[in-house]
Amino acid sequence: MKERSSHLLTSSPPHLHPYRRRASRNAQLTGLAFAAPWIVGFIVFFAYPVIASAYYSLCSFDAIRPPRFIGFENYRRMFTEDDLFWKSLWNTLYMVVAGLPVGLAASLGIALLLNRKVKGMTVYRTIYYLPSITPVVATSILWLWLLNPEMGLINIALGKMHLMQPGWLTDPAWAKAALILMGLWGAGGGMVIYLAALQDVPESLTEAAALDGAGKLQQFRHVTLPMLSPVILFNLIMGLIGSFQYFTQAYVMTSGGPQDSTMFYALHLFNRAFLDFRMGYASAMAWVLFLVTLVCALLVFKTSARWVYYAGEGR
Amino acid sequence: MSRRRWLAALDALLSHGVLIAIGLLFFLPFYWLVATALKPDAQVFAMPPVWVPHPPQWRNFPRALTYVPFGLYTINTLRICALNVLGTVLACSLVAYSLAKVRWKGREWVFWSMLATMILPGQVTMVPTFTIFRSLHWIGTILPLVVPPFFGNAFSIFLLRQFFMTIPDELSDAARIDGCSDLGIYTRLILPLSKPALATVGLFAFIGSWNDFLGPLLYLNDERSYTLSIGLQRFVSQHGAEWSMLSAASAVMTVPIIIIFFLAQRTFIQGITLTGIKG
Repeated sequence: MKERSSHLLTSSPPHLHPYRRRASRNAQLTGLAFAAPWIVGFIVFFAYPVIASAYYSLCSFDAIRPPRFIGFENYRRMFTEDDLFWKSLWNTLYMVVAGLPVGLAASLGIALLLNRKVKGMTVYRTIYYLPSITPVVATSILWLWLLNPEMGLINIALGKMHLMQPGWLTDPAWAKAALILMGLWGAGGGMVIYLAALQDVPESLTEAAALDGAGKLQQFRHVTLPMLSPVILFNLIMGLIGSFQYFTQAYVMTSGGPQDSTMFYALHLFNRAFLDFRMGYASAMAWVLFLVTLVCALLVFKTSARWVYYAGEGR
Repeated sequence: MSRRRWLAALDALLSHGVLIAIGLLFFLPFYWLVATALKPDAQVFAMPPVWVPHPPQWRNFPRALTYVPFGLYTINTLRICALNVLGTVLACSLVAYSLAKVRWKGREWVFWSMLATMILPGQVTMVPTFTIFRSLHWIGTILPLVVPPFFGNAFSIFLLRQFFMTIPDELSDAARIDGCSDLGIYTRLILPLSKPALATVGLFAFIGSWNDFLGPLLYLNDERSYTLSIGLQRFVSQHGAEWSMLSAASAVMTVPIIIIFFLAQRTFIQGITLTGIKG
């Protein structure tokens, strides 16, 4: 407190001294009062649930009788007895490793396309963006229909081109690919973020590169891409967190099938908690999910020093 | 010179070509949704596919909307959305004011707590949160969906804080010297100056709760309190093959979002640049 006020005294103009001195005493109360909604909410809806969840994860808990402490039994069962745990983890990692990069690349590609200066650009941008704000349940129903193996528009089109017509959501080998394809339709969400960043890339930089004899591809590789790298990192981390929690589409479209090929981690967890009422087990699964997400995010951050360029940092 | 102009024209033509081709791919699913919704049953499964429903079955819409009480679901959804918008805008602006305009110890602590809530998967707090609401006897009511927004959320608080920071401190300092309290500065200075940012936060809150699925799935167990998303999902599991009705219902859920987007396009874009995600 003392330190703070003395800091304020030295940094503010002299005529403000009496006021600042009074303010800094009241500021503590005012600040707390205005932040009170968050602080209360944080304790009730975050801090307590986090602690309770950690405890439940060590319990047998059916949400009716009080939790019964069983040590690390939930974790042991998860790792050694629950095949669906490993299957769902694998399915989820598949979406992270295969689906996420495809989605990120699509968003970036569309952003580059939409960053050109041609007439009617707002119309194009709107069309590309709209799918990403369409309600997930509506999107899921629409794509159930589009991906229908016999009657769906996609297979009709593939048939017209004499290409293979996969069973999509009815074929365990294609179900995840179908969901990734559907995800591409929503690539406009990430696109806007890239677009905002692209408009911040100074033209002088690409022009300078062009003067030095860099072709379009080299300009992209050595100027645009480094300038975009912080945003790519942002989208990558957000996408990572989102992919690990992939739920609604699978719940609505496949309920995890066929043959558990779309049984994702969050869906398995939800079913254990609210279908079987194994709340302790579900809590243990949630903590493993957190750790896996955290490790992946940290790995990304660790490598990011090598590929993310921060303008103004100078290197 | 003229050769250059030719090249520019060619370039523009090519750009439009690519943009239209990919744009069609993005637009086609929407078209197919509406077309399917308007088809008589026989044309839904016709081979080759029917592109233009003839005659368009407008009655599919009232049929879908009365078969399942979608009118009621819409009202339920709107009520939840309205309370979400109100709670989010109110709570987040208060907290953001504290973070942006008041110098107090503990601001950093609030920041870290915000970050923590963003990083931790919702699944971790899901079970205890559920048991809290159950012990309050709130399951089956909309309270678990509309009370938490009144405590703010990290994303919106951060967005508003970023905006409040751009309002010069000289303004609030001058008001203080004139004897204005912090509550006065907040209501009479900061809020009026922040209308665009508040609109963005409200808009995101609206769309978020309109599209929310997991919340209603967890807490609404009475059919009469269903929202559109959960009502639509139940409809699929019961009438999986009635594609024209399903499409009509999905279109009805989607159209308001599209209309809102067109009305509030600038607010949207503002929000995206405001979050300061550009590094």
